[in-house]
Amino acid sequence: MEWFLANVPQVLSLTGSHLVQAVVPLVLSVIIAIPLAQLARLNKGLGAFILSVGSLLYTIPSLALFVILPGILGTKILDFANIVVALTIYAVALLVRSTLDALNSVDDGVRQAATAMGYKPFQRFLAVDLPLSVPVLFAGLRVISVSNISLVTVGALLGIPSLGFFFTDGLQRNFPTEILVGIVGTLVLAMLMDVVLVLLQRLLTPWLRTRPTTTAEVAA
Amino acid sequence: MVVPDVSPSADTSTVPASPSHGQAGTAMIEFHNVVKSYQGGQPAVENLNLGIDAGKITVFVGPSGCGKTTSLRMINRMVEPTSGTITVGGRNVSTIAAPALRRSMGYVMQSAGLLPHRTVMDNVTTVLRLNRVPRVKARARAAELLDTVGLSSAMGKRYPNQLSGGQQQRVGVARALAADPPVLLMDEPFSAVDPVVRAELQQELLRLQRDLAKTIVFVTHDIDEATLLGDKVAVFATGGRVAQYAAPEEILRAPVDDFVASFVGRDRGFRHLSFHAGTGVPVHPAPSVTLDDGVTTAAGWALAVDAGNRPLGWLAPGSSEPLLPGGSLFHAGDSLRNALDAALSSPSGLGVAVDDGGRVAGVVKAPEVLAAIDAARVSQHNPETQR
Repeated sequence: MEWFLANVPQVLSLTGSHLVQAVVPLVLSVIIAIPLAQLARLNKGLGAFILSVGSLLYTIPSLALFVILPGILGTKILDFANIVVALTIYAVALLVRSTLDALNSVDDGVRQAATAMGYKPFQRFLAVDLPLSVPVLFAGLRVISVSNISLVTVGALLGIPSLGFFFTDGLQRNFPTEILVGIVGTLVLAMLMDVVLVLLQRLLTPWLRTRPTTTAEVAA
Repeated sequence: MVVPDVSPSADTSTVPASPSHGQAGTAMIEFHNVVKSYQGGQPAVENLNLGIDAGKITVFVGPSGCGKTTSLRMINRMVEPTSGTITVGGRNVSTIAAPALRRSMGYVMQSAGLLPHRTVMDNVTTVLRLNRVPRVKARARAAELLDTVGLSSAMGKRYPNQLSGGQQQRVGVARALAADPPVLLMDEPFSAVDPVVRAELQQELLRLQRDLAKTIVFVTHDIDEATLLGDKVAVFATGGRVAQYAAPEEILRAPVDDFVASFVGRDRGFRHLSFHAGTGVPVHPAPSVTLDDGVTTAAGWALAVDAGNRPLGWLAPGSSEPLLPGGSLFHAGDSLRNALDAALSSPSGLGVAVDDGGRVAGVVKAPEVLAAIDAARVSQHNPETQR
């Protein structure tokens, strides 16, 4: 505890970089996975291809990817960009499948009703399909968020700053307290992210907060 | 109720409010040699030729898989025909962009098909907003429509899952009417609600239609619903063949073939009575007693009434209890079907006739209802008195 209190600035700074490396890939993966999943939905053959490429990418070991990427991207070995790109690849690989499940979870009757009202296909996708797939989509997103937070620590092996630094540093100095701070910090971060995602989901799905046949609650 | 037109002028041109070449009574929607076949299967619709009258309710009725829903959905291009043409107001629908065509028609489907993530208000304004009607104007129109379909505007803030099935269907109808389209397509809209609510919704639709005079195409598998709602009924047989297309009375009275006769069902003679007014049935004074009097032990059946002369139930001859529940009531202005049912369903064999206030007007007797039916049959075949 004393060590922790003495090193609060470092803990906070590392938490900040950790967060950036975990959240940016999450946002990017949503932007990339949604169109891919819709493509997969519309074209079964393409869908099978996208899903198998996704599974394949996910089998690449993270450390290997972190090491290879600078060569491919032309970035420096210590750049955040390597971690961001690598985690985005993993996140997209997982999220395409959850997004596909999410889009498939939308009631076909509702889709048909929207079409019959006169929505154009893309209009309908944005206004109906996407909002209604939020609950299933967020289930996938929460898993990926936790997995991202933990994968970011691997970057510490290359010297990229994150809470993982406390693992490597603590191990080298044979100082368990530091390792413990790293673990607890990572766990707290993962839980905080999860809470944020749950709150965001509630915000995006006001209709699910209503109980059948009760007066609509006034939005807080 | 007058429903003002608020659809933007750009879109009213899609489907003219009345056929370009005639008045009400001429065909608004026409099917010409329409075929719909799916790969490796029987054609869903073989060769459909049908004219649907403007300003009337036309019902497509038939067993499952007869192509009635497919035919309906070809009108707004939810399904594209394999060959043949469909015209609405004289325009071939295949020449109109599908989204614009659909916005120019109301569509009500089974289980309402409301968007679960939108409030009732936002559901009703859907088509208006798609047509770029300003939000404030669209909401004002929606509030008016909720009132038209018998919902309070306070419901506007609720989500569909907070409504009963019947309320959801009402919202579905309000949504379909929002842009004041000349054509309303209704795909088994009332089949998922319980019979009591269904009867209410059917009466509401008839009431609305008296004011609005839309061209309504209504799909159902329920022959009772078809004969109740339809100005004209098309009975579909398998393969989208229209076995008979006529006024409901005619379908019940004179089915063209065995298929129609069997589809119309065993009770068609009884159902047909719905089309004859029960005014010719003699109404006798009711043997009514009030329970307050403590009077009982009449010689025959006694009809217990409350202080307001409304029927409570029957007392068997010579008894003061138990009070037996009464049969169906024969209201002033009801059909012969209601009169006969009132008599047959009453424990005493006497059907209770009530006035508009629900007060006992008298009783009717089954044999006399049958006599009135005979009289109606005679007048039916006398051209001078035919309706």
